[in-house]
Formats: sequence, C-alpha cells, structure tokens
Amino acid sequence: MVPISYYVVLSAVLFGLGVVGFVFKRNIITIFMAIELMLNAVNLAFVAFSRAYGQLQGQVFVFFVIVVAAAETAVGLAIIILISRNRQSLNVERVDLLKL
Amino acid sequence: MFVLDHVWILPALPLLGAALNGLLGRHWPKRWVDAVGVGATTLAFAAALELVREFARLQPDQIPIIKSFFTWIVAGSFRADFSLQIDQLTIVMILVVSGVGWLIHIYSTGYMAREGGYPRFFSFMNLFMFFMLTLVMAANFVLLFVGWEGVGLCSYLLIGFYFVKKSAADAGKEAFIVTRIGDLGFTLGILLTFWTFHSVDYATVLSAAGQRPIESAGQGVLTSICLLLLAGAIGKSAQLPLYVWLPDAMEGPTPVSALIHAATMVAAGVYMVARFHVLYEHAPLAMLAVAIVGALTAFYSATLGLVQTDIKKVLAYSTISQLGYMFLGCGVGAFAAGIFHLMTHAFFKALLFLAAGSVIHALGGEQDLRRMGGLRKKIPWTYGTMLAAALSIAGAPLLAGFFSKDEILAAARSGPYANIALWALGLAGALLTSFYIFRLVFLTFHGAPRYDERQTHVHESSKNMLAPLVVLAVLSVAGGWVAAPHLVGGTDHFATFLRPVFSASGAAHDGAASSAHQLFQTRSNPFLEFLRAVTGPPVIVALVGFLVAWWFYLLRPQTPKRLAETFHAPYQLLLAKYYVDELYDWMIVRPLVWLSTQLFWRVIDDGAIDGSVNGIARVARGFGDRLRQVQSGNTRSYAAWVVVGAVAFTSFLIWMPWFLRLFPWMAR
Repeated sequence: MVPISYYVVLSAVLFGLGVVGFVFKRNIITIFMAIELMLNAVNLAFVAFSRAYGQLQGQVFVFFVIVVAAAETAVGLAIIILISRNRQSLNVERVDLLKL
Repeated sequence: MFVLDHVWILPALPLLGAALNGLLGRHWPKRWVDAVGVGATTLAFAAALELVREFARLQPDQIPIIKSFFTWIVAGSFRADFSLQIDQLTIVMILVVSGVGWLIHIYSTGYMAREGGYPRFFSFMNLFMFFMLTLVMAANFVLLFVGWEGVGLCSYLLIGFYFVKKSAADAGKEAFIVTRIGDLGFTLGILLTFWTFHSVDYATVLSAAGQRPIESAGQGVLTSICLLLLAGAIGKSAQLPLYVWLPDAMEGPTPVSALIHAATMVAAGVYMVARFHVLYEHAPLAMLAVAIVGALTAFYSATLGLVQTDIKKVLAYSTISQLGYMFLGCGVGAFAAGIFHLMTHAFFKALLFLAAGSVIHALGGEQDLRRMGGLRKKIPWTYGTMLAAALSIAGAPLLAGFFSKDEILAAARSGPYANIALWALGLAGALLTSFYIFRLVFLTFHGAPRYDERQTHVHESSKNMLAPLVVLAVLSVAGGWVAAPHLVGGTDHFATFLRPVFSASGAAHDGAASSAHQLFQTRSNPFLEFLRAVTGPPVIVALVGFLVAWWFYLLRPQTPKRLAETFHAPYQLLLAKYYVDELYDWMIVRPLVWLSTQLFWRVIDDGAIDGSVNGIARVARGFGDRLRQVQSGNTRSYAAWVVVGAVAFTSFLIWMPWFLRLFPWMAR
C-alpha cells in the first residue's frame, strides 16, 4: 500500500507545475492546459484522501470537478477560437484591450 | 356688524386682487386689470367706511375689539394668533391707508397706462395694501412684524419696478438693506418684549407695562425695548441716520412714491411709536431719543431739500423732514398730534407727489426743475392742486398742515415733555419747508419756460389722474378742520377721538395731546386766541420762507446763482448732500465689500470650503490613480494576483493561531 503522503506530494507538485505554467506561459492554450493540470492535481488529492479515510464524498466531489471542467473546456475553447480569429495570435499579452 | 365681525375682509380684498392680477393679469386686457386692481381697493375702502359706521355704534367699553381668526404659531409658552384689533387709532390708520391708497390706484390707471408690466404693477400695489392693512390692524407684535416686512418687500419690488434700469434695481436693494439694519433692532425689541412680558399680544404687554414704574433713571428693560423698536422705526421711516434709502427710492414710479414713500409705509414707524405709547411713556429716555431724532431729521432733511434739482428728490427730502415732525410730536408726548400730522401729511404729500407726477407726465418724463417753468397756464388743474398742497405743507393758516404742525410745535414748546431747543429746530425746519416748497412751485409753474417748447407738447393729464388730485386737494385744505375748534376754545375732535387710545393705559398724564391744547383752552377770549395762533411763530416763519422764495425765484432770478457763487463751499456741501452717501460708502460699504471679497470669498469660501471639498476629491483621485495601475489588462498579471491572494489566504489560515497571539484583540 502506497502511503497517503506520496499522493499528496505528487498532487502538490502537479498543482505547482500548473501554477507556474498558468503564470509564466504566454500561449493561451498552454495556460488552459495548466488550469486543467491544477484541477486534476486537486482531483488526485481528493481521491487519495477518499480512499485513505474510506469515505465517498471525495470521489463524488471529483465527479463534480470533472463535469465542471468539461463545461469550462467547452466555453474556454470557444473563447480561444474567437480570440485567435480576431487577433490572429494566441499570445495572451496581445489580449489587453481592457487596459486603461 | 358684518364688517366688524369679519374684519379680515379688509386686508383680504387687496390680497385677492393681487393674486388675480399677479397670476392671470398677463392674459387680460387692461380694462380687466383696472377693474380688479382698482375694484379691490374700492371695496376695501367701502368696507373701511362701513367699519367706521359700525364702530361708531359701539359702547366705549367694547373698544378695543380684538378678533382672533386662527392660531398661527404655538411653541411652548409662545403663542401668536392671526388676530386683528380695532380701536380709534386703527380706524384713523385704516381710513388713511385705504382712502389715499384708493385714490392713488385710480391715479395709476392713468399714469401707468403706457408702461410695460401693468398687471404686475397693480398686483404689487394691491399686495402692498394687504400688508399695510395687516400692519395697522395687527393685534400682536408678530403679526405687526409680518405687515412691517411685507410692506418693505413691496417697497423693494416697486422701487425696482423698472428693474432693467440698474439704478432702479440698486435703489430697491438699498431700500431693502438699509431698512433691514433698523429691522434688526426691531426684531430684538420684539424678542425682548416677549422675554419680559411672556406674551406678544398688545393688550397683555401694554397693560403689564402700564403697571410698571416709570423708568426715569433712563435704564431698565422698557427703555431697552423702546430704543430697539425705535431703531426699526428709524429704518422704516427714513430718519437720521438711516434716511439715505428714501431719496434713492424715487427711482420707482411716481404713484409708488406717493403711496409707499410718502403717505403710508414710511409713516409705519410713527404709527408703531404711537401704538406702543405706553412703553414709551414709561421710558422717558426713549421719548427724548424719539424727539431728538425727529427734530434733527426735520431740520437736517429740510436743508437738503433746498438745493435739489430733481422735483421728486425735493419731495423725498420733504417727506423725511415731515416724518421728523411726526416723531418730534410723539417724542414730546403729543401722540395724537403726531398721528394727526401723519394723516394730513398723507393728504398733502400724496397730492404733491401725484401732482409732480402729472407735471412729469405733461413734460414727457422730465424731472429736472431747471428744465421746467411757466407751466401755470398750460396745466391749470395740476397747478391749482399743487398750490393747495404747497400752502398746506408750508403751514398757511387754516389749511390742514397748519393745524397739525402747529400742534406739534406747541407741544414741543409747552407740552409735558417740552424742550425749547427741539422747538427751535422744528421752527427752523418750518422756515426751510416753506422756502423749498415754494421754490419748487415757482421753478415749476412760474417764470419763463426753460424746456424746449418745440419738442415738448405740454398737455394736461387725463380725468382719472386729475380727479384724485382734486379730492386730495380738498382734503389738504379741509382735512385739518376736525381739529380746528380748539383754536377758538372748542374741542379738538381728532384728539378727543383718539384720547381713549392714548390714555387707556392710565399713563402718567391724561391724554398727551390734550395737554398740548390746554395752552389754548385755558385762555378766555376765543377770538384773541385765534388771532394769536394764526400769527404765531410757525406762521411767521412760513411767511418768511415764502417771501424769500418769491424774491429769489420770481423777482430776482439771478440771486440764487450769485448766492451759490458767493457761498460756494456750503452750497457744494448741500448739493453733495453733506457727502453722507460718500461717507457711508467709504465707512461701511467699501470695508464690507473688501472684507467680503478678500476674506469671505477668497479665503473662507475659495480657500476653506472649496479647498476642503476639492481637497477630498483630489485625494480620492490620486488614490484611484495609483490603484488603477493594478488593472493592467494583462491576463497573466491577473493570474499572478490570484496566486498571491491564494497564497496569502492559505498562509493566514495555517498561521492563524500565531497571528492571534500576536494581535490579541483579533481573537474577540
């Protein structure tokens, strides 16, 4: 049996990678993937704790997260397509029309 | 007893007229405006006559009648009703106000016929009648004050009637502001009255005051009240030193000068002093102050009338001077004589103004005496009536002005508060009065014409202007005869009529006015007495004034010019009105304007008030300017902020116990 701390550390590393990618990458699709990575890092932590404590709430939560993430992906990809059509670019630094 | 029971009708009628003309007059033809404006005053005058008829039937113990129509203000122990009082003094004032006012309204239909703002004029005039009747009929100090301020408002509105003319608008403001200085004292006087007597009703206050000892030492609360009220009277009645607004008030239309600035409003101060005679009789110092102010003004203002070249300005200074006589009369205890002079003055001064208006009308707007002359033949009716008024004001024997002025001077010489210096001042004023009024008549009507005869088509005024002149001329001649019999040993009907008012308080002496007459009544031979009266000093000085004017302006027309050259400095001093306007400008207006612009405007308003408001705005703006940098529009910087926030929040949760130990007050 793999101890719980391994899962938690893996989850933290994945989440950290997601944060770094989220903050430092310029390509909007990479940023999108970084968000997905963070969500799944959290999912991993949920499932690990659920199994360690023998309770189901964590796994139910994961289903919710997956559903929301699927919806988010649908909306997000649509937005990305629109941005790439309007700007001819996927660089987020070019998307700054709201700047004062 | 209909009018007596519903005495509110008297002021309500002109108020209705004012409302109708003010609200709807613009859309009406002139005929309707006339009908409403004159109709309201006609009905008011008719109601006044009916009131007199009903009043005459009352038993002496029913007088005064006090009617309270509704409760107006109640606050703690303070209570002021809309209550009206009818007694002999009120009757005299109502008759003068509504009668002379009615005649002047009729005159105005002719004089103002071609002026713009015709309905506005009649609306204001009717409103004035409303306030003036409220003033004289009020039964408590607060309602008196309402009328007092209301007539001031109408005065302001009507002086500035030609408001596009800057001088007229300025004169209106000046009248309002200068009067306000006196009204500060008046307000304080009313407050002090309430503070002392816990009531503002005349009946309560006057009877309580009657119980008090006479403050002969010249100090005490009654003296203070009287002096404060006197300040209001000085402002309203244009006495020294607040008289400066009245000559400038001549910017208003001539009927306004006649009604407000000669016959009624300016006499309100005299009425007020007479109404509160109980207070004044218990404060001899205040009485002396009234007499001194009156005598000084009577003389001082008469000197100013000597050299004025504007026909209305001469009459304005004359009005101030005559008001001074009324104050002198009240100040020497002859209240009935003061009111009597108020009445006769209302007749002859209204007539002088209306006749002057007729002259101005005839010459197409000319007011300068130097460009008149020789009008006697061309406008005979105006000439005749004006001559009657001039003789009356100068004090020609047996005319109205003779009786009233004679009574005042007699009381000043031998009344209960006689003062020979004040009498001498009054007598000197009478000499000057006679001179300036005949100077005016001679320059206007006699001698060679000095206006351009080809340009000006001189014409007599229309009938609706001449009819009031004739009626007033009759009153100026015969209006004094009610008081006439005392000269031949009979009773003075006017003083007898007013005696219940002026002795009701059980004051120090029985009827101030009557004591002025004891001089005559105690003598034996009526005919000799009569002769003595008509050859007394007032008549002699009036004759001297007349002769000097005749010599100066008819026999030797070069004399005034030579005199002016010989006595250049005094002449300049008079012509510049003793530089009082300049003095006030330099002493009060300029410092006030300087203080207002430099301190109140620049420092306090711009600096402190605007500064703090704008300062707060500037701080908020600066803060916002820094804060908006956060909204870079860069998605990755937003992401970084999210991360920073999440880290900060998580750290707080983890290290919360440590935080709580560091800041114990957060644990609560």
